[in-house]
Amino acid sequence: MSITRTAWVVLVVSVFSGWLHWVEASPFTPTDDAQVLERLPFRPSDPAARQLREWRAEWMSSPDRFDLAARLARGYIEQGRRNADPRYNGYAEATLTRWWKSPNPPTALLVLRATLSQSRHDFNGALADLTQVLKRDPDDPQAWVTQALILQVQGEYQKSKESCFRLQRLSTTLVTAACLAGAGSLSGQAEKSFDLLKKMVDQYSPPILGGVRGGNAEEQLWARTLLAEIAARRGMPAAAEDQFRQAFLLKIHDPYLLGAYADFLLDQGRAKEVLPLLADEMRADGLLLRLTLAEQTVHADSFSQHRDALRDRFAASRLRGDRVHQREESRFTLWLLHQPQEALKLAEENWKVQREPWDARVLLEAAQAANNHAAAKTVLDWMAKTKIEDVTLTKLKTELEK
Amino acid sequence: MKRLSLCNDLPDCHTGESRYPDLKQRKSKHWIPACAGMTAFWSLFITFLFLLCFARSGFAHKPSDSYLNITVEDQKIEGQIDIALRDLEVAIGLDTNQDGAITWGELRSRHAAISAYVLSRLEIKEEIRPVRLSALSSYFVPLWAKEGKEVVFPIRIIDQQVDNHTDGAYTVIHFEIDCCTDPVSAVTISYHLFFDLDPQHRGISRVTYRGQTQTALFGPDNFSQRLALGVHTPLQTFISFAGEGIFHIFSGFDHILFLLSLLLPAVLRRQDGQWLVVSSFRPAFWNITKIVTAFTLAHSMTLTLAAIGLIRLPSRWVESSIAVSILIVAMNNIYPVVTARLWGFAFAFGLIHGFGFASVLSDLGLPPGARGLALVGFNLGVEAGQLVIVSLFLPLSFFLRHRFVYRQFVRVAGSIAVILLATIWLVERMFEIKLI
Repeated sequence: MSITRTAWVVLVVSVFSGWLHWVEASPFTPTDDAQVLERLPFRPSDPAARQLREWRAEWMSSPDRFDLAARLARGYIEQGRRNADPRYNGYAEATLTRWWKSPNPPTALLVLRATLSQSRHDFNGALADLTQVLKRDPDDPQAWVTQALILQVQGEYQKSKESCFRLQRLSTTLVTAACLAGAGSLSGQAEKSFDLLKKMVDQYSPPILGGVRGGNAEEQLWARTLLAEIAARRGMPAAAEDQFRQAFLLKIHDPYLLGAYADFLLDQGRAKEVLPLLADEMRADGLLLRLTLAEQTVHADSFSQHRDALRDRFAASRLRGDRVHQREESRFTLWLLHQPQEALKLAEENWKVQREPWDARVLLEAAQAANNHAAAKTVLDWMAKTKIEDVTLTKLKTELEK
Repeated sequence: MKRLSLCNDLPDCHTGESRYPDLKQRKSKHWIPACAGMTAFWSLFITFLFLLCFARSGFAHKPSDSYLNITVEDQKIEGQIDIALRDLEVAIGLDTNQDGAITWGELRSRHAAISAYVLSRLEIKEEIRPVRLSALSSYFVPLWAKEGKEVVFPIRIIDQQVDNHTDGAYTVIHFEIDCCTDPVSAVTISYHLFFDLDPQHRGISRVTYRGQTQTALFGPDNFSQRLALGVHTPLQTFISFAGEGIFHIFSGFDHILFLLSLLLPAVLRRQDGQWLVVSSFRPAFWNITKIVTAFTLAHSMTLTLAAIGLIRLPSRWVESSIAVSILIVAMNNIYPVVTARLWGFAFAFGLIHGFGFASVLSDLGLPPGARGLALVGFNLGVEAGQLVIVSLFLPLSFFLRHRFVYRQFVRVAGSIAVILLATIWLVERMFEIKLI
């Protein structure tokens, strides 16, 4: 959780400019009582809302019962995931307050807390909780898979694979395969990972046939998205396109899939197709970023408006001291604000926290644009060490090493 | 394949004591996988609920924030707080007709409830340093006293508007705190909005005092923060106020003119209706020293009295009187009435000029932690400025004293010019109009 003094200075300055922007916004007094000011993410009469209300009422009637609190917390987390809305993570945390700081918390609390920590990119905090969970219960599949995925984000592929192996006995074959493919594809086994995972997911598609071994639609979505990403990294756009198409066929609204596909389209020079894809997804920062990148390419009218909106959002997030968006912010700063030095600083801060291919990419791109080849060294070393197969990264590497 | 039931009805299944709950339990329609740590099917499902929230936070909307903006002024504090309608909906309910949309009418009908919610969860304490006049020592207490007296004045909500932030509509509450006849040296903000509902909520606050802005971030672990206003080291305070004093002497043209008009005849003496030149440097030097000292003493006295709030005079009256003082002194140079003991003149009018300095000082604002130091610094700055003028004037006038140009032209024509200027100032200041 350490952040350097310099970073803070940069932060404060940029926060201040963001603040000025905020201050300029002027409040108004509506004249019409019927004017709609805000649309809630869902109606209070929505079944999901009703369900949450019921659970909340039950818990309120016996607030000491951890099981009721945990059920409600999971409900909130799930709701937040569906809506890509972090407020629900806060509601979940509030529900668990009573047990949150307990010296000997229930195991389920540790798992929930780890989930909430990783969503704030407090990966080390999450790992600490998971270690404790697994010490108590080495057969907790949730803990193993979460740990495996955090380790992947941190670039610890060998350790991640070890966690994935533990899932074999505790989880579906598809989950284990996807977990392993994720780590393997980033550490020199992209082809093998792709082939194995593809074979497995094809065998169990559609989800209804998958049953227990093949997992449900959401697991298949995970596998398809991963396959598409691996194919894209290997420079096989046709295969990637095919996997993306299959993922969309599952008919699950998933912001992550939308983002990954938008990135793919942008890389393929198909920015025009991003516009309809993300037209209704502007509330999520990451998706608005991709939409705005596409708009810049095709010179859409709404470009500058969306760029300003993004600037405000990043400023707002920095005001609260969040560092969850540094990857996106670096990309925004480089490609939409054209400030390579600032983008590089953000990418370097981000690299301290997470090391996925995109994190490497934003750093290399910023280093290249800032003409600071030395800054790229850590990432280039990391690429050599991990044997990552990614055509974009390799291309950047070649250019930087020239 | 084992199918596990819910944990809903099994309070202890999380503790590990009942890892394999009763399989005959009814599976409810709205089941939720509840027990991580259970094997097989359901735990897998749990896995994937969480899995998908993983590492995708880059896609999230903004978490919950509110924005508190406070400006501390001399007699009051003005504030604005922007609160997301979505957060208020969760806390107190806004969508009265439950249609998923919040209209202005619905919001307006909940304004009182919003005010009550905010007022019960936001407190702003002011630390003030009361000025005591009992002894000089108490006046200098702020030099070493660290803490002021803490007081809480009620927050008065003025109105509520609406603003659109990047993540939706916010209600904008304007409020005021009538406080403090004495300057505020620090504010302590206690912020408790929404933390019980959402520990990830943050209050982002900006406090402005005399053009300086500080920010503070409120969270459940730091819900109360003290912000010292305008903190400088004593030396910084002293130097900056001394600088202001010097600056004021040179920029406030009227003080220079007054002083110069007083000093013009210092190298001369009046005898039998004639202006004669002083023979040696010593009487000239003493003349000037006496005049400057008297002026300094007088204006220091009134400056201090005014600065600590003992005497308050309307600035229009003070400024006009300063113009009059210049007018009188300049006329005295042409039609001498008072010729000996000009220092008496200097003292009498110095009292008025002191009030003029005091109004400058009150515009600058005495730093609450170091009022005495600032006052001394300002005063010494004024003296330093005067000294510069005198040290330039004395050798020059002494050297030129025999010249006709000095005795007649500079004295008479100069004084006429000063009279004209002073008259214009007088009219301007008395009638608050702009002539030049």
